[in-house]
Amino acid sequence: MSTAFPMNNKGLLRPLNLRQRTILLIILMSLLVITILTSSLYMDSELLSTNFGSKNLAPSLEHPFGTDWMGRDMLARTLAGLGLSIMVGIFASTISTLISVFLGLFSSMGKTADSIVSWLVDLFLSIPHLLLIILVSIGLGGGATGVIIGVGLTHWAGLTRVVRAEIKQIKTQDYIHISRNFGKSYVWVARKHILPHLIPKFMLGTILIFPHAILHEASVTFLGFGLSPHEPAIGIILSESMKYLSAGYWWLALFPGLSLLIVVLAVDILGENLGKLMDPKKAHE
Amino acid sequence: MYLKGENISFGYRKDDLILNNVDISLGSGEVLGLVGDSGSGKSTLCKILAGYEKNYQGTVSIDGKKMPSNAYNPVQLIFQHPEKAVNPRWKMKDILNEGHVVSQDVLSSFGIKTSWLERWPNELSGGELQRFALARALSPETKFLIADEITTMVDAITQVQIWESILDIAEKLNIGILVVSHEKNLLKKVCHEVICLSRINNAGLYNELAFRDMQNASLGGMVPE
Repeated sequence: MSTAFPMNNKGLLRPLNLRQRTILLIILMSLLVITILTSSLYMDSELLSTNFGSKNLAPSLEHPFGTDWMGRDMLARTLAGLGLSIMVGIFASTISTLISVFLGLFSSMGKTADSIVSWLVDLFLSIPHLLLIILVSIGLGGGATGVIIGVGLTHWAGLTRVVRAEIKQIKTQDYIHISRNFGKSYVWVARKHILPHLIPKFMLGTILIFPHAILHEASVTFLGFGLSPHEPAIGIILSESMKYLSAGYWWLALFPGLSLLIVVLAVDILGENLGKLMDPKKAHE
Repeated sequence: MYLKGENISFGYRKDDLILNNVDISLGSGEVLGLVGDSGSGKSTLCKILAGYEKNYQGTVSIDGKKMPSNAYNPVQLIFQHPEKAVNPRWKMKDILNEGHVVSQDVLSSFGIKTSWLERWPNELSGGELQRFALARALSPETKFLIADEITTMVDAITQVQIWESILDIAEKLNIGILVVSHEKNLLKKVCHEVICLSRINNAGLYNELAFRDMQNASLGGMVPE
């Protein structure tokens, strides 16, 4: 039975479905991240150097983000800062994911292991993130390493909880029992039935930790406990610009803050869409 | 060849036994019915016999030997809800051949179309999935099949088709079947013998009167004769 279905939305203006939107977002995101990373890595150091001949300039074609009180180009500083933030975010979320993979799998080994992991998760969730990051960061002597480890050590709890619940739920499924009844070993069942369910969770977890990690890095740095003031981190730029806001130099805070927000939002939306696509029950929406 | 459960006791709490010293025996090629009202432990007994539930007292054995733990289990259990028995991330052909390669004869006997093999589990109906579950469980290595309310979700005609296929294959492979069902007509048609599991009598021989009472009680006296 085929019914003629009127198709009004044809051509480029037709609304994209979730999969197409996500693919488009992935392409745009990758372009953005690659641009930021390459430009911050291969940036001419001249751009970041002081030039008192052009200080406190408002945004113009020559300096799209304006210049600061030492004549440094804010676009260059923002790009360098974002590059740094993204590096910190990638490392920190990878550390967090690795910890949660380990603890999640460890929790499935037995009741004692499970109680230990739940206790650790509750413990870490009960301490405010920021406080712990500051403590770890100071303890490790500050700098990029301190911030990365601090953020990495505090963000695993949520994902571990998700992974633990997921493994528990999968282990009660009938098809796991059936597989065992067919004579398959525990390792085989873990590899073929349990792990494929978890990999999307881990990918998604990493992507969703990433914006948190960036924001926490920026806030710790803003408070003065993170990256050293010599580095052009977004947190440093924002905290320095606070002194000049009252003088009317609004561009010092607006553009770096806005670009950080855009990167964080894009990654967050990307994570949510990927999550929907990977969920077999929501993928067709 | 006999599948025997002896002195089986099971409870979720120590002082609250669901099964109390139940004895059950199923021979090769035999079709045994099992009835009992809700909560009498039918499904629990099925799980114990198939080795799914391990925390019980008593022994389950095949010809006096204990059940293998890391090899193909000759006792296969089929559930009421086939959608839980398949991994939603596997295609039907992988699900079907997980234990062993299912022959074309079995597939056609259950009316499984070749095009279904390329589908995902959520693209098939409950009845279709149940045929897959049965086809993969009825291998030459299977000696006993435990069918726990397996055709409750399908219409009467499909039920007949499915049971004809099961009985046909079971006869060829000399498989003993334990049928758990509430449907009197089905039990009358397929079983050689029916036993009743109740909290008072445990597993005793089928008692026409007890069965009728149970049916009347559970269906409000609306059982068609």
